[in-house]
Amino acid sequence: MSLLRYVAVRSALIIPTVLVLYTVVFIVMRVLPGDPVRAALGVHYIPPEELEEIRSRLGLDEPLYIQYFEYLAGILRGDLGESLVFEGRSVWSDIIDRFPATLELALAGSLVSIAIGFITGGLAALKGGIVDRLMRVYGIIAYTLFIPWLGLMLQYIFSIRLGLLPSGGRIDPRVGLEEVTGFYLVDSIITGNPHAFVSTLEHLILPSLTLGIVLSGAYTRIVRVHLSEALRSEFSIAYRARGLRESAVFIHALRNSLVPIVTLMGLQFALLLGGAILTETTFSWPGLGSFLVERVMYRDYTAVQGAVVFFAVIVSVVSMVVDVIYAIIDPRIRY
Amino acid sequence: MALKLIEGLLRAPGGFMTVAGASIIVFFTAVALAAPFIAPYPPDVNPPGVGVLEPPSLKNPFGTNELGYDVFSRVVWGARVVLQVVVLSSIISLLVGVPLGLVSGYYGGPIDRLLSMVMDSLYAFPGIILAIAVASVLGPSVINAAIALMVIYVPTYYRMTRARVLELKSEPFIEALQAMGTPDRLILARHILPNVAPTILVVFGLAGADAILTEAGLSFFGLVTVYPTPDWGLDLYYGKNYLLNGAWWLVFFPGAAILTLALGFALLGEGLSERFKVRGE
Repeated sequence: MSLLRYVAVRSALIIPTVLVLYTVVFIVMRVLPGDPVRAALGVHYIPPEELEEIRSRLGLDEPLYIQYFEYLAGILRGDLGESLVFEGRSVWSDIIDRFPATLELALAGSLVSIAIGFITGGLAALKGGIVDRLMRVYGIIAYTLFIPWLGLMLQYIFSIRLGLLPSGGRIDPRVGLEEVTGFYLVDSIITGNPHAFVSTLEHLILPSLTLGIVLSGAYTRIVRVHLSEALRSEFSIAYRARGLRESAVFIHALRNSLVPIVTLMGLQFALLLGGAILTETTFSWPGLGSFLVERVMYRDYTAVQGAVVFFAVIVSVVSMVVDVIYAIIDPRIRY
Repeated sequence: MALKLIEGLLRAPGGFMTVAGASIIVFFTAVALAAPFIAPYPPDVNPPGVGVLEPPSLKNPFGTNELGYDVFSRVVWGARVVLQVVVLSSIISLLVGVPLGLVSGYYGGPIDRLLSMVMDSLYAFPGIILAIAVASVLGPSVINAAIALMVIYVPTYYRMTRARVLELKSEPFIEALQAMGTPDRLILARHILPNVAPTILVVFGLAGADAILTEAGLSFFGLVTVYPTPDWGLDLYYGKNYLLNGAWWLVFFPGAAILTLALGFALLGEGLSERFKVRGE
């Protein structure tokens, strides 16, 4: 099968995944007992005519199967409905406003976790013995850290006690950054605003460190296992026999252990988004995760449903991209 | 007898991790059950003579919170909520996921393909997001939180069981049983299930660690209990407002409890997976 055909087939597989998740979310949000409109508007008395009007404005008075397909058609048009609580606010545009912040945090966190993973896993594979055991323990503990706890402890030490870093938010509003793409690091470079760049970086350190440390455990483990395997393998022995320096053998071993590590990067993406939700809430980071939590508190069910569906699409697209990259790296993997 | 059992467990590969993990879980279970006897104060009462936001001292080993409640007593009582949610959700997920995985893997066919597609989609999705959505609709309670977690862990039990059944199905002893005309349900119950059991134990540990953290996340967002019920995640959420006053103990101790209990489950899962040579996901 050609690469192009593989890409086409793999893209088509996104559809069932998104459909399953959408259906589950729809069942949870609309079919389970309870009246979302009443719950959203609170306890005070609302005249029945007004309730009816709100329901028909949001399309909640239609039969369920019609609601199901209408919402689905909306997703294809990039329309995720209207907020249940904030009248007239489009859920889609709110999500798009918030998404760059989440992506910026997720990418930074992912870089931190890969860096930590290579250092700890590499040390374990090279030194062996007690270092290897310590790194193995690190890998397990990092995974069991509760993100808000780690984040708040870092906040307490580095911003409240030592006053070195800001404790929350994305940027100091005084630096006057002009938004272009929504990615503040990129925007501050485009608009030539060095103060904004430094401020963004300062705000990014603690949240990305928190997310990065928690996700690094899996990298520590996989780098440790595959690198030590590669260092002991026959090709490494052959290189050493030919008198190659150990550092050169290490480079060869590293390259050979990269494929499983790239696969892990794809698998980690879902964890990254899940972790971003807790990290964003801990650091008042104005991303999609804190959006979801805010709207849960407001009982804004249409917004919650929209956010979950959006996450589903993102996760499916990323896992497709990873599979395609994987197929390019290793041509044996095709359907 | 018990000592011999522990000695045997310790000698097996991964034995130290298994025993350490199981000890932590047993310890927290004991604390949860004996909470009224261990906690020096009621968790939601300001005892006379105890001030608010007091740092750890001999009288209040974990300090007191903004209402003068004893944090140590709250951490002790809080073990109840998290263990109830996680044990309940693990049992339901196991009871649903394992039979589905057994049948789906053994018989194959269109139902297997459909189930696999649904479970794989749910599995690939960030669990906590789904759990937040479910819990927000159902409202805060222990049962509802367990249901929300079930949506995440049924696919985990299903996938691991199904994968193991597919391996077993091609083994000669199962083929021999089929050739002898043994009924399918006997093969499943007597020969496949016992061989799947180690895998299920490993998943119980690894998914349990994950479930502790997800439960803590849900309760951090106020989706499991309502204040002033003692609950680690929720206490952490309220405690963070007093970090600026220097009251680190409101966050540190509930979080340390979450870490320790999650570590217990993770060590149990890791140890068992070495013992039985099961690869976790």
